[in-house]
Amino acid sequence: MSRETVFVQGNEACVEGALYAGLDFFAGYPITPSTEIAEHLAARLPARGGRFIQMEDEIASLCAIIGASQAGKKVMTATSGPGFSLMQEALGYAVMAEIPCVIASVMRGGPSTGIPTHVSQGDVNQARWGTHGDHAVICLTASNHQDVFAMTVEAFNMAETYRTPVILLFDEVVGHMREKLVLPVPGELPLTERLRTQVKEGVNYHPYLPREDGRLPMSDFGGVHRYNVTGLFHDMWGFPTDNPRIVRDLMRHLVDKIETNTAQVCKTKGFFLEDAEYVFVSYGSSARTVRQVVEERRLFGERFGLLELQTLWPFPQEAVREACARARCVIVVEMNLGQVVDQVKLAVDRSDDVFLVNRYDGVFIAPEDIMNLMRLIQGKGV
Amino acid sequence: MAVKDYIRSRFFPHIWCPGCGHGIVLGGLLRAVDGLGIPKNDIVMVSGIGCSSRISGYVDFHTLHTLHGRALAFATGVKLSRPELKLIVPMGDGDALAIGGNHFIHAARRNIDITAIVMNNRIYGMTGGQFSPLTGPGLKATTAPGGTIDPMFDVAELARAAGATFVARTTTYHVREMSKILARAISHKGFSVVEIFSQCPTYFGRKNKEGGAVEMMRRYKEITVPVGSPDLQDNPELIERGVFVDRQMPEYCEEYDKIVRQAMERAAQA
Repeated sequence: MSRETVFVQGNEACVEGALYAGLDFFAGYPITPSTEIAEHLAARLPARGGRFIQMEDEIASLCAIIGASQAGKKVMTATSGPGFSLMQEALGYAVMAEIPCVIASVMRGGPSTGIPTHVSQGDVNQARWGTHGDHAVICLTASNHQDVFAMTVEAFNMAETYRTPVILLFDEVVGHMREKLVLPVPGELPLTERLRTQVKEGVNYHPYLPREDGRLPMSDFGGVHRYNVTGLFHDMWGFPTDNPRIVRDLMRHLVDKIETNTAQVCKTKGFFLEDAEYVFVSYGSSARTVRQVVEERRLFGERFGLLELQTLWPFPQEAVREACARARCVIVVEMNLGQVVDQVKLAVDRSDDVFLVNRYDGVFIAPEDIMNLMRLIQGKGV
Repeated sequence: MAVKDYIRSRFFPHIWCPGCGHGIVLGGLLRAVDGLGIPKNDIVMVSGIGCSSRISGYVDFHTLHTLHGRALAFATGVKLSRPELKLIVPMGDGDALAIGGNHFIHAARRNIDITAIVMNNRIYGMTGGQFSPLTGPGLKATTAPGGTIDPMFDVAELARAAGATFVARTTTYHVREMSKILARAISHKGFSVVEIFSQCPTYFGRKNKEGGAVEMMRRYKEITVPVGSPDLQDNPELIERGVFVDRQMPEYCEEYDKIVRQAMERAAQA
């Protein structure tokens, strides 16, 4: 089978990735700039025997896919900033009840309804801390359509592996821009299915007792094991408890199952980092601008390099530390007031040498925006 | 089977206060399920938050104890992905009609095959006795010490107007009737709503001087009459019990199945 090449929007690349990963069920509520994900899935899912439902709001959308996932389906919803805010309650539920699901947020500026049709990278901190309580989160991103596809597949694989919600953050430029996408053939990218229990009917099944490797074999609703699923702290049977030891152990389990696997979860891409004097850290569409700057300045012999983040949470601290270890300075480029720059400062040894190039006016970052600051940093004046 | 075969006895004693009506609803529901002979593996109970919602922990079905007000949204996802399963969603009055009001009317509008049980005790019990959208004007609650001025919903009227195809009301006093109505609701193809008056002697009864559980249940006997009773002409204040709506309309999952079949046929031809 040969690969097909298509010319699509980033939102469609996400749809293609989700279908490749085996999406069965989508529930959503339209919101710019994510709407095309819902529209294309409404058209594509039924022909594959899948289900699409347009719910009454974003809250209901995430709740519905959690229900479908508990019934054994691979599930997804898509939204944008304000809708993502509404989903935070159910996001926390999926974390606590350990139910695999994928949430794409095609970011728009905020707070509130903000700037709907322009670009922003405003959901980075919301993805990490939007829901209440302590918890671990997996959040992935991409800067081009091939990566949108690949990271969407990764999102499903990680959701099924770790039994947790996985957040995909794309920005409006990535979502709406059209470019080439080469569709991998079936089997080319690995797909992960959730671990299902081997416990036979009539034998005690403990739905919330993790194996030694931290994974929980699941029994889908409708199967032979009947058990309780709750958003409350719960024991190995899934029944609510306030026993301090059980509460503490469950909290540790929820966090450790992701944080002990950061090497597998954290993905980055490096460009010209080997001898880079100036290291840029960026993600999403702003990383594309940086890449152009890097490639251009290399022609002039300037030792610029780029570390592009594909995992935002857990923050790829080791990769950042390593990439920046020998740099004269580090420049973080993002479209918000600086949601990743603080993490970079924590990761590197000399936080005084970390600079931020950003825009938060709904306008895409241009190469000149970056070069203006570089001239200052390099002592060349403006 | 015996009713106790439907119960997770490991999780008893339950959390409900002495005299609470919710245990009677649990008993009535299990007798209905037993009468219908539905295998336990085919039933998914989804609940929200509140005293009523803890009912899901006590029954030996697939049970999903979710977020305040969102049970019907979770249930919609389960049902649409596994239409062969029976979905039962017990809710409290605040859960169903305050925070969950939007999900309630939209589930009714879709006519998705889910049975919604509104265990109406006219108060927020778990948080200690605040008024709900079903408390009604003039009645007292911790957040309405001088009596609430909030008008109440008529659950049956609301459900009918929103598109529910089976709507009924009963009380914890009328246990046999409750089981029969619940059995009909569960067997009904489409969105069914059963409102059950369930006494809360701890908060509603005490605040509003309605006495203990026995007095409150006796009151249900006195203030309700069967649908269309001639007594209504003499006393329009009486509340009707029984089945108000029982009609057939296209069911959501079946309609979506048609979309899937057509799309798959088109894909096979292409």
